[in-house]
Amino acid sequence: MLTIAALVNEAYSVGICDELERQTKRLVKLGVVHAVLNRLEEKGLVKSKLGEATQTRGGKRKRYYLITNAGKAAVLKSKEVRDQLWSMIPELSLRRI
Amino acid sequence: MEARNETKPPQWAAHFLSWYCKPELLEDLQGDLNEYFERNIKSKGKRRAKLIYVIDVFKFFRLYTIRKPELVNQLINWIMLGSYIKTSGRNIVRNKLFSAINIVGLSVSMSVGLLMIGTLMDTYSYDKFHKNHARIFRVISQYSYLGNKDDDFNATTSLRAAKVIKETFPVVEEVAILHRGFDGDFQVGDKTIPLHGYWSNESLFKIFSFDLLQGNPASALKEPFSVVLTEKSAKKLFGDANSLGKTIILNKDREYTVTGIIEDVPQFSHLKFDLLASLSGREITEKDNSNEMAWDNIWSSWAYVLMPADANLTSFQDNLDALSKKEDPSVKNTKIKLALQPMDEIMTGKNLSNQGSPIIGGTLLWIFGGLSFIVLLSACFNYTNLSVARSLRRAREVGVRKVIGAMKRQVIGQFVVEAVIISLLSLIAAFVIFLFLRPYFLMIHSDLQERLLLELTPALVGLFILFAIFIGVAAGFFPAIFFSQINAIQVLKNNVTVKAFRKVTLRKALIVFQYSISIMLITGALIFYKQYKHFLAFDLGYSTENILNIRLQGNKAELLKKELSELMDVKQMSTSALITSVGNMEGTTMINPNNPEDSTDVRFNIVDENYVPLHEHHLLAGRNFFPKPDSAKESEVIINQQVLKRFNIAKQDPVKALDEIVKIDGKDLRIIGVMKDFQYGRANNKSGEKIVLRYSKEADYLNVKILSNDLPATYDKIKTIWKKIDPVHEFEAKFYDDEIQQAFSGLSASIKLAGSLAFLAICIASLGLLGMVVFTTETRLKEISIRKVMGASEGKLIYLLGRGFFVLLGVATTISLPITYLFFNELLFPKIVNHAPLNLTDGVLGVLGIMAIAAIMIGSQTLKVARTNPAEVLKAE
Repeated sequence: MLTIAALVNEAYSVGICDELERQTKRLVKLGVVHAVLNRLEEKGLVKSKLGEATQTRGGKRKRYYLITNAGKAAVLKSKEVRDQLWSMIPELSLRRI
Repeated sequence: MEARNETKPPQWAAHFLSWYCKPELLEDLQGDLNEYFERNIKSKGKRRAKLIYVIDVFKFFRLYTIRKPELVNQLINWIMLGSYIKTSGRNIVRNKLFSAINIVGLSVSMSVGLLMIGTLMDTYSYDKFHKNHARIFRVISQYSYLGNKDDDFNATTSLRAAKVIKETFPVVEEVAILHRGFDGDFQVGDKTIPLHGYWSNESLFKIFSFDLLQGNPASALKEPFSVVLTEKSAKKLFGDANSLGKTIILNKDREYTVTGIIEDVPQFSHLKFDLLASLSGREITEKDNSNEMAWDNIWSSWAYVLMPADANLTSFQDNLDALSKKEDPSVKNTKIKLALQPMDEIMTGKNLSNQGSPIIGGTLLWIFGGLSFIVLLSACFNYTNLSVARSLRRAREVGVRKVIGAMKRQVIGQFVVEAVIISLLSLIAAFVIFLFLRPYFLMIHSDLQERLLLELTPALVGLFILFAIFIGVAAGFFPAIFFSQINAIQVLKNNVTVKAFRKVTLRKALIVFQYSISIMLITGALIFYKQYKHFLAFDLGYSTENILNIRLQGNKAELLKKELSELMDVKQMSTSALITSVGNMEGTTMINPNNPEDSTDVRFNIVDENYVPLHEHHLLAGRNFFPKPDSAKESEVIINQQVLKRFNIAKQDPVKALDEIVKIDGKDLRIIGVMKDFQYGRANNKSGEKIVLRYSKEADYLNVKILSNDLPATYDKIKTIWKKIDPVHEFEAKFYDDEIQQAFSGLSASIKLAGSLAFLAICIASLGLLGMVVFTTETRLKEISIRKVMGASEGKLIYLLGRGFFVLLGVATTISLPITYLFFNELLFPKIVNHAPLNLTDGVLGVLGIMAIAAIMIGSQTLKVARTNPAEVLKAE
């Protein structure tokens, strides 16, 4: 979801997939991305629209995903939670690792 | 063009994706996959790219991508189904004749199909009650002597092979052995009951699921002379008393202890027995018999092995071949090849010789299945034919439907539903016919009666219904496609389009096909019947008239002879070891008197001094046996011309051959007579066999020549005498001619089967023809009337109407007769010895019969039309 936000207007399935691969250096399967996008859309955290047809995809249109307000709120919320948790970790215990 | 094609993703995968995927997700997904695909082509090559595409398509098959079944459409379809049924019902009622033809044809042929399904169900359920049925294999063996290989494997194998397999191959989990011959009269107290069983070992209970009710499966067949009874035979022998641990006496000779009781052997088991004895007992009784454990003694025991589920059968076959190689040198000039046969294939597979009990066999199933399929096909053709012929009348209905908005699919649906309704109606009739035919079908052959039940189980009824639906779809599919392609505008515009709907060639082809099949079947049945009659009347080389053969079943022949000689009607009596010309054989090796190195197999029969005159065997030289006391050593033999020829004894001069000494079974026998060749095996077996007659008073059969005006009464008298002498055994006696007839019961069964199927095929074809004639005459009614008004005579009109059909029949005849002729003359007859010559009369007879029926069908209808009053037809306009 962060990736969607990051890619702003260029967030479509393959793009997201590539971006994730680049950022995490892990292999990301298209099917997984699709499933996640689909769930997010069902929850109303992202919305999608079909773009223009291009030559490259056998004439098929891309489905671009945009983050909704609810989505933004959810992203912020999760960031807050994380930050809070981070702040709770005593520095010492981290150093040991 | 090609280059572009190759860079496209696999079409079928793309179609699959668009089939299952939700429409709103589809485009996006397709796009993504395409993009990946193109990328992969660059990085990984076409092949990998395609593969990845296909894999991805399947990966996307997830819950959220799958298209929901379109409920609304479904609902409409269900509502329409009601409408289809309604209109179909109306149509069926409106066209009573056509519906009747279809229903009668389909139900008759379906009843055959039902019999077929029942038979298949029964045969395929054989031996499935064994828990390990898929892992059980039977060891079968092929015998070859001096390089002459037997045509086929024997179901049996040697005891030695069974033992060695168990010792050598650890992969074989268990080996169960069944040795034939544990039969006889079993005595408990003063009760004597004849039973049939096998010698077997304790592995039997580990391999097969014959559950012991009492006794220990691990030890029941371990100790020598222990027996395991089935529940039924325990009841027969001991009544309701507990039988475990008690003893029974076999043939007044040896005691056996009952160590176990098993459940009765189920009907669907290819192994059938009343009791089992421990094989270890044979080690004691046959201690001095060197043949018992011989490698080439492959005729008397069946071995079953339990293999692991993942066993590699091909490599095991190599093991068996290696085993044969190692063991073959132990027997002279003989090679034995072993193989494994899956138990599941015993009932449905090849008809090997030496089966423990008769099997149905794959050949019969295939032939019967093929014939009933043809009959069914013929009935489906009727449906197709008549439906398409009626297209003229239905076309407008379809046109209206289409205009209102019916899609192709719905039109197809409607016609298929109609066909299915007809076939379900036929199923009811077919079912009644099936119940009626069932006993007759089983009576065709005693093996069928023994092996099949054709019991109505829910599974079978379910299969019947599925079968009917399948037939309905198969019959209705073509008309449905045909109607769905109708162009609504053309049909509704006017009746100019009549011509467009004459699928004349197709209809003609179907009729020709039906009639060709009918002619082939009927001539085939006639030819077979002729062969059958020919074999029954075959000159065997001796007389079989009015001879009653009584199986002695262990009784002394002398005893029975004495009693029977008091009967007025009994003219002569002789004894023999077997009955010739009905398929029984006894063989041994004979050594050439001129050259001790040379030997040959001869068939023999052991007879007494009355046998030759009673059967009117023809002696070319020498004399018959003289009566001798029981204790006398065997010293004389009568040979036939073939033996003379084979060994070239005395330059094949029968007179000079007398008093020569031949060696059989290690005995020196003097030739006292030379007889003319006769048919030792069945009449359809190869003749010219080398036969010798040997002398002994020990016999299995008493041959009684009867001179009586009332044979059945004499038979009954003899039966009463038998009852007095032997109250234990059933009287088993048959007249020689009946016995020969029975020897050909397989042939007579196939005649009955082919005959009745031919009859059905003709009926169905005739019904179809009738329908077509009715249809054409009705549509040409107006034309006929005008012709009549113009002055055409009745005869001319009949000629005009019937001509086309007779041409079709002519074509069918010219196609089918040569095929039948070639089939019999080139394929079948070269394999049958002593067959009757093929002549044209059978074919002509069959064709004439069919033509006569067709003529009645065509004639009656055309006559009816030709006789109608033209004024009435034309007035109605």
